[in-house]
Amino acid sequence: MANVFAMAESRGGALRRVAFEAVSAARAIADASGGGEVHALLAGAPGIAALAPELGKYGADLVVVVEHAVLANASPEVLAATAAARIRTGGYRAAVFSTSAQGRDLAPRVAAQLGVSMAADVTSFELAGDAMVVKHPSYAGKVIATLRLAGSPAVLTLRPGARAAVEAPRAARVESAQPAIDPASARVVVKEMIAGGGAKLDIGDAPVIVSGGRGLKSAENFKLVEDLAAAFGNAAVGATRAVTDDGWRPHSDQIGQTGRQVSPDLYVACGISGAIQHIAGMRNSRTIVAINKDKDAPIFKVADYGIVGDVLEILPVLTAAVKQARSQG
Amino acid sequence: MQDFFDIDSALSEEERAVRDSVRQFVDERVLPVIGSCYVEGRFPREIIPGLAELGVFGANLPEEYGCAGLNNVAYGLIMQELERGDSGIRSFASVQGALAMYPIFAFGSEEQKKQYLPKMATGEIIGCFGLTEPDFGSNPSGMITMAKEQPDGTWLLNGAKMWITNGSTAKIAIVWAKTNGDKSDKSIRGFIVPTDTKGFTAKDQKGKLSLRASDTSELVMQDVHLPATALLPNSGGLKSPLMCLTQARYGISWGVIGAAMACYEEALAYATNRVMFGKAIGGFQLQQQRLAQMLTEIVKAQLVSLHLGRLKDQGTFTPQQVSFAKRNNCDIATDIAREARRLLGANGILAEYASMRHMSNLESVYTYEGTHDIHTLILGQAVTGLNAFN
Amino acid sequence: MKIAVCIKRVPDMETRFRIAASGTAVDEAGLKYDMSDFDGYAVETALQLNEKEGKGETVVISLGPDVVQEQLRKALSMGAERAVQLKAERVPVDGLAIARALAAELRDGGYDLILFGRQAVDSANATVGPMTATLLDLPCATAVSTLDIAGGRATVRRDLEGAAEIVELPLPAVITVDEGMPRARYPSLKGIMAAKKKPLEVKPAQLGEEHLTLEKMELPPERAAGRIVGEGPGAVSELVRLLHTEAKVL
Repeated sequence: MANVFAMAESRGGALRRVAFEAVSAARAIADASGGGEVHALLAGAPGIAALAPELGKYGADLVVVVEHAVLANASPEVLAATAAARIRTGGYRAAVFSTSAQGRDLAPRVAAQLGVSMAADVTSFELAGDAMVVKHPSYAGKVIATLRLAGSPAVLTLRPGARAAVEAPRAARVESAQPAIDPASARVVVKEMIAGGGAKLDIGDAPVIVSGGRGLKSAENFKLVEDLAAAFGNAAVGATRAVTDDGWRPHSDQIGQTGRQVSPDLYVACGISGAIQHIAGMRNSRTIVAINKDKDAPIFKVADYGIVGDVLEILPVLTAAVKQARSQG
Repeated sequence: MQDFFDIDSALSEEERAVRDSVRQFVDERVLPVIGSCYVEGRFPREIIPGLAELGVFGANLPEEYGCAGLNNVAYGLIMQELERGDSGIRSFASVQGALAMYPIFAFGSEEQKKQYLPKMATGEIIGCFGLTEPDFGSNPSGMITMAKEQPDGTWLLNGAKMWITNGSTAKIAIVWAKTNGDKSDKSIRGFIVPTDTKGFTAKDQKGKLSLRASDTSELVMQDVHLPATALLPNSGGLKSPLMCLTQARYGISWGVIGAAMACYEEALAYATNRVMFGKAIGGFQLQQQRLAQMLTEIVKAQLVSLHLGRLKDQGTFTPQQVSFAKRNNCDIATDIAREARRLLGANGILAEYASMRHMSNLESVYTYEGTHDIHTLILGQAVTGLNAFN
Repeated sequence: MKIAVCIKRVPDMETRFRIAASGTAVDEAGLKYDMSDFDGYAVETALQLNEKEGKGETVVISLGPDVVQEQLRKALSMGAERAVQLKAERVPVDGLAIARALAAELRDGGYDLILFGRQAVDSANATVGPMTATLLDLPCATAVSTLDIAGGRATVRRDLEGAAEIVELPLPAVITVDEGMPRARYPSLKGIMAAKKKPLEVKPAQLGEEHLTLEKMELPPERAAGRIVGEGPGAVSELVRLLHTEAKVL
């Protein structure tokens, strides 16, 4: 029986979905190794402690709360030192982070400080005696690697969305702790946070992604893609490398081998031919719809449903139909 | 294109690196614009600085003249990759390197080499090659352009040249002329003619249905007065321009392989995606035969040019061997382009596909630098000893 | 500035990969190799920083068997001054082992800046950069999309999910680069010739123990074949119906 550590990622004073995924995964590991405790680290600006009960809902027995003004933004050195210090003394079987932007920056620092190896971006994990056996997509998603991570704590980052957060409610105890290093001594300083315009849903979190490519013909036509995303209500807008290279959309919207890898429930590819570069980023979507005027376009090979035709004509019609379908419930 | 016969293993790392660099340049800078340039009938002059920076002009000439100093196989690979983009691009580089820089290198004085070669390597001075005339194509020895030496050592040049690539862009023309009224080809000498000299005009030839992304001009020289320093001192006889042609033809034998590869790749990709009668057309026997045939001829052509390049580097190659390579490779490339065009079906006539553009270009390449028929007779004479030219 | 760039040799991701008979590797037959994409951005970033300053040295380092010299020479032909191969029979999957070997090499190099690509496009772990920084106790920023250096400090932009942060850190520092950083230049032909004369040192890699090991590689399950629902706007209603009844995503 051993305890398991989980990083409860927060931003702007709110927990992110990946925090629950990490806690839930830690809960599964603890249960599988004889039923130990899940300890979640919650770090943020003063007042963040109020979020602790939410972590209890997903299986955290103890929430270690570290509050400091500097932690209003994710200060990597403070977070890494604090997490490493806690893990070092906690005797944990595993330490679960997310492969979110914050998590994939944080976990390697923590592992190196602890002098242990780690497994990155895993989609599944299994205890195997003293080791953990994990699966990790590699080679632009074309090869699944099965890896064995020996020793404790097994540090891993869990791919966002790979494993749904499962409720396992309990009353979590709260423990206050100090940052492991003096925050004023941190060399890496976050000067500014720039929020993505308005309530824009990030493509990593969105259950639906509507994506556009060269077939849209101009940056202005991306409005049609945005309209369809709005019609779905819970959709984010993505783009191919071709259109981000041309400056129609920001780099952070690029889905593909050198961009974001996504696995939404629904991916709608509009005017996208389906270059391997792009497919590498979205092939794990649950359902893929493609709209393209060329019926031989490679995108139709990965799509579940396709419409052949002019995307500029079809999108407005689809947007209206989706609006209607959703309003009918 | 898959390296089916592992020809890469016969190339050095450096040769592969050269090829990959030029390929990347063509992918990024040529392919996005070449289709529309071809339709518009213009050479994309905006890529000249990029080509120069890459180092393709006179790439096999020595470093001391500002050139890359590559071996002849690397030079050939450059031509292959440029023509994978378009024959017009490769023609530009062939003319600049093998037909304008090479004659200065081979027949020029040290002053001329130092004055021109480094600036031609950087693309600051573009050159062209004036040999062919309106009435003298396959038999340049009949040329009537004449240069008369004046009492003060200067020259007066009169005549016309036709089908001159880069003619209207060039700052200098290497013009081949008979001298002092002697109508035999022994009197042929080469001259560096600045194109802004009074009496020299270059006019683009319009109405081309082939090599449209290339400047092809007529040159007219009416009492063009040249200083004594314009003469290429070591030039003499028909042999001089023919040596230049041999250089260019060597590069062309590689270049057309690039065009063939581009067509084959396009055809193969199309065949594996295009579905008809319920399956990809690449699964039908007739299309597989086309593809197998293309692959076979490309590999054979590569091996011919590769071996020729090694011989050239050793210094043991012959002009007849170059004729062999130019003739064979142009022939198979024109066939491959046409077959690829046919495999593409109706789509194959659109400018958004490369095959028909290559097919059309290759008709010019088949004809220039010695027509297929001329090279046939060169080989015929080489093996029988008998002259069938007239 | 004295800049070190750590690069990795990776196969071309456009390939259709097959698993080797061993089951623990990708079949190498016919694969084309190059510098990992993001590593190329890192080399380009270093070259541009030094070109702007008018002086400096870019050193490229790669861990692996002798074939990685090809990628080191490519970086030299792009303009890097010096290369180091940390020789190892194969590249381990354990990022900490790689980081250890790199840290040993970098520690006494007196570098102002150490650059990595955000992640290698084949192994896709994104661990080596920040782990190396941690072992060297150097400030580190990962996945930057812009980088400005002034007065011995680096200012970077990092894209998060639906947001971005501007981060500052003092040099010497370790930075890993992402999309938004300049693409790798293609080497000039003269650069390719010059690379042959530049120093390329081979040293043994001090990897230490590996605790993350590869058990198996396999291809992902094929997606079930989809279908074209129809042509033009007329097909929309059928699509919506299928998304509702069959796929249950609407």
